[in-house]
Amino acid sequence: MDHLLQHLINGLVIGSVYALIALGYTMVYGIMQLINFAHGEIVMIGAMVTITCINMLLGANVALPGILLLTIGLAMAIPVSMALGYGIERVAYRPLRNAPRLAPLITAIGLSIVLQQVATLIWGRNYRPFPPILEIKTFEIGGAVITNLQVAIIVLAIVIMAALFFLIERSKLGRAMRATAQNIDVARLMGVNTNTIISLTFVIGSALGAVAGVMVAANYDQAHAYMGFLIGLKAFTAAVLGGIGNLGGAVLGGLVLGIIESLGAGYLSDLTGGVLTSSYKDIFAFAVLILVLLFRPSGLLGERVAERA
Amino acid sequence: MTTNTSPLLSVQDLKVAYGGIHAVKGINLEINKGELVALIGANGAGKTTTLKTLVGMVKPAAGSINFDGKDTARMAPYDFVSQGLVLVPEGRGIFPRLTVEENLQMGAYYRNDKADIAHDLARVYDLFPRLKERMKQLAGTLSGGEQQMVAIGRALMSRPKLLLLDEPSMGLAPIIVQKIFEIIRMIAAEGVTMLLIEQNAKLALETANRGYVMESGLITVADDSKTLLANPAIQSAYLGE
Repeated sequence: MDHLLQHLINGLVIGSVYALIALGYTMVYGIMQLINFAHGEIVMIGAMVTITCINMLLGANVALPGILLLTIGLAMAIPVSMALGYGIERVAYRPLRNAPRLAPLITAIGLSIVLQQVATLIWGRNYRPFPPILEIKTFEIGGAVITNLQVAIIVLAIVIMAALFFLIERSKLGRAMRATAQNIDVARLMGVNTNTIISLTFVIGSALGAVAGVMVAANYDQAHAYMGFLIGLKAFTAAVLGGIGNLGGAVLGGLVLGIIESLGAGYLSDLTGGVLTSSYKDIFAFAVLILVLLFRPSGLLGERVAERA
Repeated sequence: MTTNTSPLLSVQDLKVAYGGIHAVKGINLEINKGELVALIGANGAGKTTTLKTLVGMVKPAAGSINFDGKDTARMAPYDFVSQGLVLVPEGRGIFPRLTVEENLQMGAYYRNDKADIAHDLARVYDLFPRLKERMKQLAGTLSGGEQQMVAIGRALMSRPKLLLLDEPSMGLAPIIVQKIFEIIRMIAAEGVTMLLIEQNAKLALETANRGYVMESGLITVADDSKTLLANPAIQSAYLGE
C-alpha cells in the first residue's frame, strides 16, 4: 500500500511537469495545427540557463538563500525561453504559414536538432548537476515520502495553470486567442492582429516550458543538452492523450501519463518477473501514445462540438 | 471629412486576381450613407471576391478603394473593423466553441468603451431575443438561422459604418430567410449602410434601394432596384420569371 501511494505521489510530480509542457504543445497546435517539436528544447534551455545563472551567482560568492538564487535563475531563464519561442515562430514557422503542413513539421524537427547542437556547444555533452542550493526536507504521509521541493512543484504548477486558464477563458485576450484558433480569418475581420496572437501563444507556452525545465532539473538534480527530446516527446504524448488542442486535456493527459509511468516503473519488475526493470519505464509513455492513436485519436477530452452547417 | 455629397464607399477600376484567375476585372462601385445596395449575379461572378477585397481579406491587383475618405486598398486586414467596415462572411463564420455572448463580444474586440459595449449588447439582444435565451450556449450548437443571427449581431457590435453581407440566406429554410431579411430591413431602418450579396436576387432587390449586377468579374448593370426588377433581361436571367 505504501508503495502505491509513493508511486502516485511521484507520478503526480512528474505529471505536473508533463502537464505544463503539454500545454505549450497544445496551445500552439490549437492555433496553428502545428506540432512544435522544438518545444522540448525550450524546456531544456530553461533548465540550462537557470543552472548557469545559479552557478555564476555562486561563483561570485553571492550569499543569498537557495530559494532566492533559484528565483533569480528562473527569472533569467523564463525571458530567454520566451525570446527563443518568439524567435522560432518568427524565423522558422511564419514564412511557412501557407506552406503544406509537412513543411513546418520537418522544420520543427530540424530546429529541435539545431537547438540541441547549439546547447552542446554552450553547455557540453555531459550531465550538468543542479547546484545543491535547496534545503530538501521530507515529509511522511501514510508511509510515503514527499519532499518540500515536490510539494513546491505541484503547488507552482497548479498556480500557473490556474492563471493560464483565467487568461484563456476569462480575459479579452484569451477570447481573442480562442477565436483565432477557431477561425483565423474571421478573427482578423473582428480586428484581432492574429500574428501578435500567434507570437503570444509561443511566448506563453515557452514561459511554461522554462518553468517545467527548471522543475525537472531541480527534482532530478541534473540537466542535459538532450533532455528536451525525451521529455518533449512524453509531454507531446500527454497532449495527444488528453486531446491535442484542448487545454484541460493537456493537464489531464500530463497527470495521467505521469501516474501511469510512475506506477509502471514501480511494478514493471514484478509484472515481468524481473525481466524488465524500472529503467524501461519509458515503454509506458509510448505504449500509451500508440494505444491512444489506435483507439481514441481524439484523446480523452478531444471531443469537438459538432459544427452545424 | 465626409459630406452628404461624397459617397461612403467608392471603388474605382478594381481588379482582383485569385490564384491566377482574374476574379474581378475592373469594377466601379459607389455606396452612399444610409443606402442598402444589392450585388447580384451568378455563382463565380466575383461577388464574394469583391466583398473580401473590400475588407482586406484579399488584396487588389489594381484599382482604388476609398472608404469614408481613406484609401483602404492596402490596409492590414485587422484594421478595417475599426474604420467601420465589417463583413458577415459567407457560411456565417461564427466561432463554434465560443458562447453566443463571447461571439458577440468579439464584434466589439477593437473597442474599449465598456459601457457602450454593454449598451450595444443589450440592443443586439433586443433585436434577437432568441440569442439572449442562448447567450451561454456554444455557438456551434445553434441552428443555421440562429448562427446567422449571431454573425449579424456580432457585426453590429462593431458599430459598422458599412455592413457587408455575403449570402445571408444560404442554407436556410424559407421561413428563416424571411426572418433574416426582416432583420436586415430593421437594421437598414436604423440607418446602417449595407452592401448585400444574395443568390436570391428577387428578395435582395425587393429589400435594397439599388442594385449592381455582376457577370464574370464585371458589373454589367447598375440601377435602382425597382428598375432592375422590371428589366426583362434581369427577370429572365436572375429572377426566374
